[in-house]
This record gives sequence, C-alpha cells and structure tokens, in this order.
Amino acid sequence: MNDYFTEGDPLQDTQDPGGPLKDRWDKRRFEAKLISPANRRKVSIIVIGTGLAGGSAAATLGEAGYNVKVFCYQDSARRAHSIAAQGGINAAKDYRNDGDSIHRLFYDTVKGGDYRSRESNVYRLAQVSAAIIDQAVAQGVPFAREYGGLLDTRSFGGVQVSRTFYARGQTGQQLLLGAYQALERQVGAGTVELNTRHEMLDLIVIDGKARGVVVRDMVTGEFETHLADAVVLASGGYGNVYYLSTNAMGCNVTASWRAHRKGAYFANPCYTQIHPTCIPVSGDHQSKLTLMSESLRNDGRIWVPVKAGDDRAPADIPEDERDYYLERVYPAFGNLVPRDVASRAAKKQCDEGRGVGPGGLGVYLDLTHAIKRLGRHVIEEKYGNLFDMYAKITDEDPYQAPMRIYPAIHYTMGGLWVDYDLQSSIPGLFVIGEANFSDHGANRLGASALMQGLADGYFVLPGTINDYLARNPLPADVDANHPAVVEAAEGVRERTERLLSINGSRSVDSFHKELGSIVWEYCGMERNAEGLSHAIEEIRRLRDEFWTDVKVTGVNEELNQSLERAGRVADFFGLAELMCIDALHREESCGAHFRSESQTEGGEALRQDEDFSYVAAWEFGGDGDEPVLHREHLEFENIKVQQRSYK
Amino acid sequence: MKITLRIWRQHHQDQPGAMEAYEVDEISPDMSFLEVLDLLNEDLTLNGGEPVAFDHDCREGICGMCSLVINGLAHGPEALTTTCQLYMRHFEDGQVIDVEPWRSTAFPVIRDLVVDRSALDRIIEAGGYVSAPTGAAADANAVTVPKKDADRAFDAAACIGCGACVAACPNGSASLFLGAKITHLGSLPQGQPERDERALAMVEQHDAEGFGGCTQIGECTAVCPAGIPLDMISQLNHDVLSGLKHQSGQ
Ligand SMILES: Cc1cc2nc3c(=O)[nH]c(=O)nc-3n(C[C@H](O)[C@H](O)[C@H](O)COP(=O)(O)OP(=O)(O)OC[C@H]3O[C@@H](n4cnc5c(N)ncnc54)[C@H](O)[C@@H]3O)c2cc1C
Repeated sequence: MNDYFTEGDPLQDTQDPGGPLKDRWDKRRFEAKLISPANRRKVSIIVIGTGLAGGSAAATLGEAGYNVKVFCYQDSARRAHSIAAQGGINAAKDYRNDGDSIHRLFYDTVKGGDYRSRESNVYRLAQVSAAIIDQAVAQGVPFAREYGGLLDTRSFGGVQVSRTFYARGQTGQQLLLGAYQALERQVGAGTVELNTRHEMLDLIVIDGKARGVVVRDMVTGEFETHLADAVVLASGGYGNVYYLSTNAMGCNVTASWRAHRKGAYFANPCYTQIHPTCIPVSGDHQSKLTLMSESLRNDGRIWVPVKAGDDRAPADIPEDERDYYLERVYPAFGNLVPRDVASRAAKKQCDEGRGVGPGGLGVYLDLTHAIKRLGRHVIEEKYGNLFDMYAKITDEDPYQAPMRIYPAIHYTMGGLWVDYDLQSSIPGLFVIGEANFSDHGANRLGASALMQGLADGYFVLPGTINDYLARNPLPADVDANHPAVVEAAEGVRERTERLLSINGSRSVDSFHKELGSIVWEYCGMERNAEGLSHAIEEIRRLRDEFWTDVKVTGVNEELNQSLERAGRVADFFGLAELMCIDALHREESCGAHFRSESQTEGGEALRQDEDFSYVAAWEFGGDGDEPVLHREHLEFENIKVQQRSYK
Repeated sequence: MKITLRIWRQHHQDQPGAMEAYEVDEISPDMSFLEVLDLLNEDLTLNGGEPVAFDHDCREGICGMCSLVINGLAHGPEALTTTCQLYMRHFEDGQVIDVEPWRSTAFPVIRDLVVDRSALDRIIEAGGYVSAPTGAAADANAVTVPKKDADRAFDAAACIGCGACVAACPNGSASLFLGAKITHLGSLPQGQPERDERALAMVEQHDAEGFGGCTQIGECTAVCPAGIPLDMISQLNHDVLSGLKHQSGQ
C-alpha cells in the first residue's frame, strides 16, 4: 500500500496558544500584532468566494478598513451555494434553558466528529457561535420567531438540546443575504472591489508566501493577475467530485486544488458526508440531487416495511408491519442520530431488500403522524418550501404520503489544512468555511457548517489575519512583472490551450459522470482496501483518457462554459485519487469514513485510536509522484475519548 | 418525449442574434428543463455544434441564477417555479418551445441566454442593507419582533434576485425587486433608522440603471418564483413618499 504515498515529517506546530481551553482565543487575540486603523487602507487582501465564509470575511475586513478584492464565479455574490442551506444554524445561546452551554456544543461537535477534530478550534467555534446570531439579527436576518417575539429554535441530529436557529427552510439564503448586503455596503463604501464571473485558476507564491492569484474573466476570457499582502480562500466544498451531489453545479475544488499544487497541504480528503435525507435518483439524465433538510427529522419518522419486497402503498402498511429502525436501534436519539449513522442504517435496510420505490433505493420519511398531531398548517409553516420542492421534483404530494428519501453526498469535512489561525501550510494563504478541514472531524453535525463559515468569516479570520499582515507586508518591488507572477499566468494560459486543443471524442460531462460513479462506488458510504486500490487505478486510467480524448468546444476569448467545466473536472481527477489514497491509508472507520474491515459487532464504525488519532495532511508530491503524508497528532485533554454511542 | 426547441443564439453582446431550432429526442417527463438543455448541449458538443450558453447553478430554485423566457413566460408556465425546477411532465410530446433570454435594457445579453444582471447588485449597494458592522450587535433577543412582522419580513426576503419580474414587465421595471427589499428591512426594528434613505437611494439607483417605472400591471408578481406579492410595491411607494416628505422637512 505504501506504493501510493511517502511519509513526511509530523506536523508539530498548529499555533495553538495553549493554556486553559476557555482562555485560548482571548490569549491568541491579545498576542496577535495589530495594524492601526489609519494604516489598514494600505494593506490589501484577496478573498476567493462570496459564500457565508467569504462574504462575511470580505465585508468584515472591509469594515475594518483593509483594501479587499473579492472574486466569485457566479454572476452575483448572492448566489454562492450557501444560499441553498435549508435547516438552520447552531449557537450555544441556551435560550431554551435546556442544559446547553459552550462546553456542550464543543462536546457534541467533537463527539459528532468521532474524535477526529482539534479541541482548541472546536472550542473557539462554540465560543463565538452566540455572537453570530446577534450579528445576523442586527443585519435584519428574519429568523423564525415565536408569538412573544423571541427567537425560535429546533433540534438537529446528534444532540439533545434545541440550539438550532432557522428561517423557515431557507436559513442559508437569509444568512447569506445578510452577509451579501453587508458586503455590498462595503462595495459602496469603496473598501471592497467585487469581481463576479471571475474564476481563480492559480495561486501566486512569491518567496514561499501567498501573494496573489491568477483569475480568468469568464466573460472575455482574459487572464488577470492580482497581487495582495494575503490571500483568503473561501471557495467551498468539493462534493461535486461525485458528480451527483446536493451541491450547486458549479461547486468545484479548483481554487483549493491549485493551492494544494503550490504547497498547501490537503487534510483528510476522504472525510465526505453523505446526507441521509435526499430525494432518490430518478434516472440517468439527472444532473443533481436535492436535499430534504435534516430538520424534517424533528417531526418526521423514518421507516421501511418489515417484510422485504413489500410493495404495498405506504398507507396500506399497518403500523405493526413497519420498522421504525432508527427508533428501534438508537432509542436515545431515535430519528435524530447523526448523519453518518442514519445514512448507513438506510443503506443497510436497502441492501437487505427492504428499500422502497424504484430500484428499492429509498426509505420513508413520514410526517403524517406529525400532521395529524400538530395540524397541517403547523407543518406547512415549518417546512412548506421543502414540501413544495419535493412535490415539484417527484410529482407526489408529501402531505398525503410519506416522502421517499435516500442518502446522497452533501458536504466535505476534508479540505485544506489550516492551523489555529486558519492559515494553511503556505504562509499568507488563509482558508475558511467548507474549504478548510478544521472543525468537524470525520463527521459534521447538522447546522454546524453555517455556524463555522460565519464564525470563520465574521470573527476568527479578522482576529488572526492582522498578525500575519503586520509581520509580512508585500515587498514594494513585487509587481505584475515578477517572474513568479508571469510564470503562474503563463501556466494557466498553457493549460487552457492544452484543454482546447485536445479536440477528442467525449464531452467533459461524460468524464465527470464516469469519475463520479467510480468515487461513489468505491469511496462512498462504505469503503474497503480492494475497492479503493481498484478505484485509484480506474481514476488514473480515466484521467489519462481525459487528457487525450476530451472535447472542449469554442475558444478562450469568450464566455465558454465547456472550458470552465473542463478545468474543474481536470482538477477533480487529482483530488479523487488523493481521496482514495487517504481512505485506503486510514485503516479504521471513523464518522463518515466507514471501512468495512473495521466495524463493531453491531456494524457501527470502529475507530483505531492507537494508530489513527491524527489528521492526515497531504503534501503534493509532483505530477506522477506520490503525495507525502504529514500527521498532526490529536490530543484530547478536555474530553474523554469514547466509542461513540447514540443508543 | 420529443420536443423542438427554438433558442435565441447570440454569440456576443455586440453581434445580432436569431432564433434557431433544435430537435431533442428521448426526453423523460422526469427531466428538468435545464436537463433537456444539457442533453442538447451534449449532442451539439459531439456533433460539431456550439453548446447553448445558459446560467444556472443550484438547480433547486434558490440561487436565482437560472433565467429563460419559455414560450413567452419568464421561468415558464408553472407558477412559483424557477426554470431549474420546471419538469418536462408539464409539456406535451412534440411541442415546439421558444427559449429566450431575459429581455430588458438594464440586462444586456452576454451570450445566447446569458444576461448581465449586475444592475440588481448595484441597487442593493446603493442602500439595500442595515448598517451593522461586525461586532457591534446587541444580544439577539434584546429586541423582540412581533411574529407577524418577522413573517412579513421573511416573505419579502424570500426574493431570489433572479430578475424575472423585470423580464416580465412591459416597462422593464424592477419595482417588485425593490419593493421586496424595502419591505423586508422596513418590517423589522433593525431596519428603521435608515428606512427613508434606503428607499430613496435604491429608487434613484434603479432609475439610473435604466429600469422603467411601475404602472401596476402585475406581470411581475405573476411570474415571481418566490411569490413576492404586488402590495410590496405599495410599500415601496409608501416608503419613498414618506422619505421625500421627511427630506423636505415636513
Ligand atoms: C443543499 C444544502 C443544504 C445545506 N443545509 C445546511 C444547513 O441547514 N445548515 C448548515 O449548517 N449547513 C448546511 N449546508 C452546508 C453549508 O451550506 C455549506 O457548507 C456552507 O454554506 C459553505 O459555505 P462556504 O462559504 O464555505 O462556501 P460556498 O457558499 O459554497 O461559497 C463558495 C464561493 O466560492 C466561489 N468560488 C469557488 N471556486 C472558485 C474559484 N475557483 N474562483 C472564484 N470563486 C470561486 C463561489 O463562487 C462561491 O462564491 C447545506 C449544504 C447544502 C448543499
């Protein structure tokens, strides 16, 4: 197996301030060097991405007086995929007086992540969580409220308190509009320059430090170089490596992958989250999958018929012939077990022949009990848009019959490695939001991505980046003619020309679909050594075929969607291979990473802490060469590491 | 199903465009409208054609990126539905369907079905926000908001910024878009301090971008995938008038 990678030095320094857990963030902020308000205008920062992470960061840095340039590939900053988040955002407010606290949110997150995240980072996330809700309310985010005018909350998987704030089924939309409006305010104030329809295609590294980016103007095809004191990546997750996912069509790994090739370590790429409640695939034509929010599990009950192959209509199956398997197997958490557990349980039911709907790839998510108990209007108010979406897609009425759902790729816990300051292994390159690996270990809890993206953007990054900026100004003699800048731009141009010149016989999409099906089959919900080795060979074969037989239409100097997709798919090949190598090397199950060789008697994920209690941070080894593994050992001083149990 | 698509093809903003017909076969009724365009593009790519450029991203009706005027209707024939959530079961086998970009002076065509909607962002930039710099916020429950106000704010904030209202309006007005943002922020206590300036600044920018005036025709609300009601334009007019009144010191 070691043929696939080489061993590098362990990662020793994560910039963890040390000392008592609860004082660490204060300590770090106090020790950080500052830049006086009058001088900030002269300091420039590039931000890639306008989702919750990038939008909030760019707005906040602009408010602080820095000179910010921000880029996104959509036609408007408001369209980043954060807009699609449905269910809610966690915060340790304890407005319910139900035993919540910063410590409990911290504990739930580390446990939910199956003890594969860093204590200091997670604790800080829990600490700043409450301020996010305050900030969003101040911006005019219309969270759900109770009749008394106070904020309402609900519960999400893997926790026993009610700490999730929400705005109907459109929480991401509302939070993103808050950040977007704050961002536009800064554009108006002249602190932020916003570049939409611009795609970052490379990172510029000068003397070992990130100093700029090469972007392509997606309307004219022009390659532009931009320089700054520091670069922030907030480019989102890489779930689209699977082709079918709940991500937007344009979500991609290009920004992260290009940075990886320039030296940024990629951490835990195999930790990918499969969400249990998505609308099942209906046919080969399908271009994406749609999530039905986890919040539905507050009021919905998941079941399958007891008898395999029972094809009666759900309403005709009597109660005693239904198996509410989550409630049966996990009585303490019931339908609200974490996502990895719920997804594997659904797969198991379907593998054993009790699945429902076409191909037997589905289980019921049933809200009819709740409709009877609470009345249709209550359910409509809470989940109306989700029910409408389900009806539109499936042509079935979920108020009448239970929804059919199946797991689908949804989120990626892996991402670029960052230290406590959210700085990558390239000095001056910071990574925030889903693009980094930081807080969710091997499995993310519901409603925690919005929390993390906004924590990073509003509070954490603005509290750490100043230290770097104060110590590492962009040298005055660096300009567009610097050899590193010219070389990066030239590399992008050459690669683009190469893609356009292949003129083969297969479309970009056909490669993407085939790649996706390999990764889903062998590096999806369940993995094993044999399958992963096979997948690596398959991915390499397909990548070679891509570079000799892909057909990219048109020219560079125009709006060219075929070219845009080709570049993204090309980068997915490298990532897919690294994901499989990572999954193969991690000979344990943890959270969403389930190796069939490592399970308990009851079929739950079995960790191997002795050997694998570390973050796997991969260094790019060069084209055709093995990646290099750097281990960051995880210490747990404040939480007792246990076998996770939701029974 | 087999469908004939007559699609607006325009290579570049400065070149003239024209409708071109394409036949697409083997369409499943469970396909979305955009998946039919995917199918067509696959075919065009492999057979020496130029794929049709169109905007899309989330494909679940929330990002507001997709557009298309389908048989003369912005986002097609289904109410409260974006193009990406429009399924072929709503069309007939053998049907001829016209597909055009949003048409408005303020939305120049970039290529084929892709238009430039950045004017909407500039309207928000002019005042569509609450000035609340990070860090200065009070506790989230410090100010209560009556549920009906919060709900009204939400209904308005549900606007996805797609621009269908503009495409449908004979005057090319973005008043529904304006009304939605003004109602959203104006319904909340946090939005009160800047309420007058917001309305005036946003309307001024709207007019400067070349959008037309509102004559209460209502085509906008009929096509709006987010169901923004027409009375939000009344709210806009109300806030503009009271803004002007306060400005002139009355
Ligand atoms: C359907 C769905 C529902 C979800 N629901 C929830 C929920 O209820 N609660 C929760 O906590 N989490 C939820 N999540 C997860 C959460 O929404 C995401 O993890 C989070 O929003 C990611 O935010 P981000 O800012 O990191 O990235 P994104 O919002 O994806 O933004 C990425 C940005 O980067 C830009 N970009 C990317 N690549 C480039 C490039 N090369 N050049 C230039 N720009 C680039 C894009 O244009 C975009 O602006 C959900 C996710 C999905 C898919």
